[in-house]
Amino acid sequence: MTIWRLVPFITAALVLAPVGVVVSSFFAPASDIWQHLFETTLPLLLINTLWLALGVIVGTALLGISLAWFTAVYEFPGRRFFSWALLLPLAIPAYVTAFVALGLFDFTGPIQTTLRTWLDNDLSWFPDIRSRAGVIIVMTLAFYPYVYLLARNAFLSQGKRSLEVAQSLGFNRKQGFFKVVLPMARPWIAGGIMLVLMETLADFGTVAVFNYNTFTTAIYKVWFSMFSLHAASQLASLLIVIVFVVIVLEQQFRSRMRYAENKRTERAQRIQLTGWHNWLVTGFVLCVLFLAFLLPVTQLCFWAIQSFTPDYDVTRYLEFLWHSLSLSGLAALLICLVVITIVYASRRYPGSVMRYAVRTATIGYALPGTVLAIGVYVPLTWLDGQLSELALRWFQIETGQLIQGTLITMLIAYLIRFMAVSHYPIDGAMQRITHSIDEAALSLGLSGWAMIREVHVPILKSGIFTAATLVFVDVMKEMPITLMTRPFGWDTLAVRIFEMTSEGQWEQAALPAVTLVLAGLIPIFLFMRQTEK
Amino acid sequence: MGTVLLQLNNIRQTYGEQVVIHDLSLTLQKGDIGCLLGPSGCGKTTALRCIAGFEPVSAGEILLNGVCVSSADFLVLPEQRRIGMVFQDYALFPHLDVAANIGFGLHRLTRVECERRVDELLQVVQLTNVSKKYPHELSGGQQQRVALARALAPKPELLLLDEPFSNLDVSLRERLSMEVREILKDQGITAILVTHDQAEAFAIADEIGVMHQGEIQQWDTAFNLYHRPVNRFVANFVGQGVFLPGRVINAQQIEIELGILTGEISQLCDSGCKVDVLVRPDDIVYDDASPLQATVIHKAFRGAEILYTLRLVNGAKVIALVPSHHNHVIGEKIGIKLETDHIVAFHRSTQ
Repeated sequence: MTIWRLVPFITAALVLAPVGVVVSSFFAPASDIWQHLFETTLPLLLINTLWLALGVIVGTALLGISLAWFTAVYEFPGRRFFSWALLLPLAIPAYVTAFVALGLFDFTGPIQTTLRTWLDNDLSWFPDIRSRAGVIIVMTLAFYPYVYLLARNAFLSQGKRSLEVAQSLGFNRKQGFFKVVLPMARPWIAGGIMLVLMETLADFGTVAVFNYNTFTTAIYKVWFSMFSLHAASQLASLLIVIVFVVIVLEQQFRSRMRYAENKRTERAQRIQLTGWHNWLVTGFVLCVLFLAFLLPVTQLCFWAIQSFTPDYDVTRYLEFLWHSLSLSGLAALLICLVVITIVYASRRYPGSVMRYAVRTATIGYALPGTVLAIGVYVPLTWLDGQLSELALRWFQIETGQLIQGTLITMLIAYLIRFMAVSHYPIDGAMQRITHSIDEAALSLGLSGWAMIREVHVPILKSGIFTAATLVFVDVMKEMPITLMTRPFGWDTLAVRIFEMTSEGQWEQAALPAVTLVLAGLIPIFLFMRQTEK
Repeated sequence: MGTVLLQLNNIRQTYGEQVVIHDLSLTLQKGDIGCLLGPSGCGKTTALRCIAGFEPVSAGEILLNGVCVSSADFLVLPEQRRIGMVFQDYALFPHLDVAANIGFGLHRLTRVECERRVDELLQVVQLTNVSKKYPHELSGGQQQRVALARALAPKPELLLLDEPFSNLDVSLRERLSMEVREILKDQGITAILVTHDQAEAFAIADEIGVMHQGEIQQWDTAFNLYHRPVNRFVANFVGQGVFLPGRVINAQQIEIELGILTGEISQLCDSGCKVDVLVRPDDIVYDDASPLQATVIHKAFRGAEILYTLRLVNGAKVIALVPSHHNHVIGEKIGIKLETDHIVAFHRSTQ
């Protein structure tokens, strides 16, 4: 009996524990603060969240599907470049796009200022960026690549082919698109939309910059301004119910994708666009890329250079950078080790119970960071109390806080949230080590550690590298968990961005943001290299 | 002779710089089943896609019922051609059940008519019992028949089949190709099939075009392709056999190492000119009494027959199909004789 076989179960319990803690708080007696929230802000939170979710779903679906269709089936100037460049917005955290948009389009921003000087001051017609529509547009631009990526996959593998089937049965292209291509790609598109929905519900940074109240910002405020962990936890329990529905839906779509899978990819010729269609499509794609990537990055660089005055505090920046890098590195190491153990355990001891454990362990990516922060913080605080009491009783030692105020809380929360991110590539690599490969190694006289070293490690290497990179970058960009559970003084780049943007100091947030964008580009290039192979 | 349904006149198709179809012509009578046979990359699938209207042609023209549907500057859209297609991967709609897949192209009919037609086709392809199942629940052979029924449902003028059996087991392939031929003949469908598998082509088609490098080398019946190939490519590609050097004696006779062959010569030249003679396994007959001896160097048991590879005295190799009760071991010498009534010979210099 080896202990490591229990790791999937331990991690599954680790994922379920915060959910249990948060949900059970719902049934605890209501505090005054909760009563107050329930009467005043809760309806607004629900309405805000609902509109935001709806708006972002519609926006990302329209953008993602149309862009995917154009780049998958048609030929137009720059198509090759655009098909990967359209993923670039994934490199910019949504909260960065958000503050750039505010800085650009706000009343005091360069665009309104310029327009005012040209147009005699009257700009009352100019739409307010600090609005529901503003948040929706920003999040759409930040999250559409999820839909784009999945829909494009579907269209590339079956788009043109299913259009041809429809044509051979007497439908024209337009009918074929709506009657065949879209319905066939539905599981992929829905899967992409579910990812967008999870990101939207989990988002904290964007709505915080816009001062648009949703559950995540409310949880933060109730905890850190009203100091009621209990009421925050009750809010979180409501959010978790919504998220749970999304998880169930997402799993449904994912299982449906499996049979719809079409292995053969066609070398099919693309449909050449001509005349004004050509320029319309190129213009549209360029416009999206400009708004979602080029404009924010240019503005960020501009601000970053502006902020870089002689009295710029470089050591502070380096401190943030060091915190971000070391934290991300530590998290990537920890998470990859845990996930490798999980993957080995589920391979060595397969079965339905094991499968459920692994599935549970990898569901944490759907839990919003704010919810996780509470769900991890509450039980650890309790554990801390128990530990110091024990120490006092048994050893007469005054320990003080053992876990709180250390990196442990944060790392556990990261582990729960990002296990799925690293599970996918590592598990994928492990799938390639079939049992007959093991048997072949054994028959050639390699066993135990020698087999792992000579056979497994070379096969798993690139998967582990991808997993570590993804976790590293995700942790670097992560905002709410870091903000809510960091030890005193452990400010990272993301925390710095939050603090500067909540005071409207865009220039000061620019250099940390540029750093995050650069880090965010790494996984995209990795992904590109992989798909080009 | 029936009426001509499909005619391809010198079509040419290019993909960028690359010429996929060089110069392709063919004529198909109404009710006939044609086949384009060739190795992968010979342009046969592209030819099919040109007929369907998915690819334009850069020269030549395609006539359907005497009306031009494709030329260098003109293209009737695929959906207006009334041409059905069975795709290589079937391309069934995974989100629809069998009946809905088959009825998909019947959007011009009323619901009752549509249901009646679907029922009719379910019977034709013998899938009535699985009409409510989804494609992923079906076997490969069943999926193939759904694809056929779906393409047949709108009663197309012409049916195109792109490697329709390549995703199936070999054992299933043979049975299904005969079934498909029966269905097509029964429904009076004109069809063109594309394949790289000659057994499939022989089983299903009335006429076969052997394609190579974007051109049809020979458009003929299966019998003629095997026994009267017009060039070396067709001779090599269709069936087994070896070329042996020979010398023409007169209009009826060629001398090769095995003796003198007598018969009608396919490609005649002056007496004394050097040729390569095609010797098929069935041209060589086992004969214990024959003075002509050859050494067994390889044998492959085929059940009813054994396929022997034999070495002649001077080192040339031939293959012979011998009834399987004549069992010899490798190294043994056996007597053979030649039996041909038609000699396929090509000038040494020609391709």
